[in-house]
Amino acid sequence: MAELSSAGLLGDSLGLTPDECTAIALSLRVATVATLASLGPGLAVAWLLARRRFPGRGLLDGLVHLPLILPPVVTGYLLLLAFGRRGPIGAALAEIGIVLSFRWTGAALACAVMGFPLMVRAMRLSLEAVDRRIEQAAATLGASPGRVFLTVTLPLALPGVLAGAVLAFAKAMGEFGATITFVSNIPGETQTLPSAIYSLTQVPGGEAGALRLTLVSIALSMTALLASELLARRLARRLGVE
Amino acid sequence: MSLTLDLALARGAFRLDVAFTAPPGLTALFGPSGSGKTTVIALVAGLVRPDRGRIVLDGETLLDTRSRIDCPTHRRRIGVVFQEARLLPHLSVRQNLDYGRRASFRHRAETPGLGFDDVIGLLGIGHLLARRPAGLSGGEAQRVAIGRALLARPRLLLMDEPLAALDAARKAEILPLIEHLRDGAGIPILYVSHAVPEVARLADTLVVLESGRVAAAGPAATLLGRGELGPEQAAQAGSLLDMTVTGHDAESGLTHLSGAVGRLSVPRLDRGVGALVRLLVPARDVLVATRAPVGLSARNVLSGTVRDLGLLREGAVLVTLACGEGAIAARLTQASARDLGLKPGLPVFAVVKSVAFDPQGIGAGRAPRAVEI
Repeated sequence: MAELSSAGLLGDSLGLTPDECTAIALSLRVATVATLASLGPGLAVAWLLARRRFPGRGLLDGLVHLPLILPPVVTGYLLLLAFGRRGPIGAALAEIGIVLSFRWTGAALACAVMGFPLMVRAMRLSLEAVDRRIEQAAATLGASPGRVFLTVTLPLALPGVLAGAVLAFAKAMGEFGATITFVSNIPGETQTLPSAIYSLTQVPGGEAGALRLTLVSIALSMTALLASELLARRLARRLGVE
Repeated sequence: MSLTLDLALARGAFRLDVAFTAPPGLTALFGPSGSGKTTVIALVAGLVRPDRGRIVLDGETLLDTRSRIDCPTHRRRIGVVFQEARLLPHLSVRQNLDYGRRASFRHRAETPGLGFDDVIGLLGIGHLLARRPAGLSGGEAQRVAIGRALLARPRLLLMDEPLAALDAARKAEILPLIEHLRDGAGIPILYVSHAVPEVARLADTLVVLESGRVAAAGPAATLLGRGELGPEQAAQAGSLLDMTVTGHDAESGLTHLSGAVGRLSVPRLDRGVGALVRLLVPARDVLVATRAPVGLSARNVLSGTVRDLGLLREGAVLVTLACGEGAIAARLTQASARDLGLKPGLPVFAVVKSVAFDPQGIGAGRAPRAVEI
């Protein structure tokens, strides 16, 4: 894995062990994949909840928020039951060659599920805040509903959509309970940053490593937050909202 | 190119039930706030669905609840200019103007329309193209909104109180543009307003709405002359006169006009000799005299005969006077009408103070035609 060796070089200069670098790189990869994969569904669900009335809307809203309220271990266990090799969905996926249990892809799924409610909330608020009157004006100019969404709604909702993505990314970086329950804690495969810190705290002499990784974790989170803040502000200015 | 509609809608306590046909030209939808004017616009544009109804534009059925025909907004090709410009805030003025053009390419052949350069020339927005909506004044934004609607080549233009959010100076700037549109753009306009001077200046046809119903519909000149503007506006009854500028008198600061009713003098107008103007002469600014007035400050004295008297509310009378080949209306108290012994056929004089003419109420005229009041 190319990114792990370059991370290794960086890690050496920061005083991190190879295992620690692996954990960081894995977390970054898992969080990125989880966020990107849930952008589409997240936007779709956010749009449905923001704009459409349909039977079962409350139920969908509740389901989306479930990972926020359930104990993360419960969510992880449910994922295991469904996507494990012997679970209904897991078995079907295994037939076409996709295995999630005990793989980093499973970790990505766990992170995506846990971050989903945060992403949908932020996106939904942002979509609801788009001035419908502007969308109406666009329709009178001949824009189909699809064109209105792509050229008016989405651009105007972008700050919130981005905020939702960053929130999901941050949550994915910090996901622990569901991940460790679903895909366990395999170094190099499913040992993400939080799992690595946990393992180090359980071992005598691991405090230094735990502290190092904690600092890295804080640094990464702060960077993500700052970046999203700057981007959101620049977008808002371009939209003429500020 | 005409629009026929028959719509009914109930929302809470508000009930709308209107039916009328708008002939070619500018049809004004007039009425107080809450009378349903904006709702009619939203219904015609397809932004709101009625409980029951039909909308037929130029022979094409856009909506028929009984046969389940419902053309979606983006396919109706009806341009809308809203009260608030509603420009797309994340695009430049140029991109806003272009927004409707893309969709218009499909039906370019069928709908005659103005090209990009014509539109920005007409509206005077060429210097604004690179700006963002946030950096525009109210008047500029509204002009861009009008341009944007026109460039989408609509078959019908809906204007929902487009001047309501503007100050007097901006209104004065845009009213002539709308007159140009009415006369030159070749598409019918449905214009919503609650301001009599605007309606008087722009409308060919008038539809008066009151509490969600059509109280009166017909040629603007007729309805205005009869004061059929609804209970609150009846006081603003007046005569629409189409006249020609015959000369200017620099010394007295007056412009002389000639028309079907005779000769009138108004405060200096910035129009050339021979230009057509349309005046609204409020009925309450017209005096009636049974003898030629002597030693009176008013300069405009027209001779004519009483045609009929109509009773208005609050003990007022609208007297219609036939002057020359036209007619002018005067608003009197019942007592005055009685004291003067006014009755149809009586020869009288109509007197109007020349400064009674509100410069805002003086618009570009149409070729003189017989006006029935």
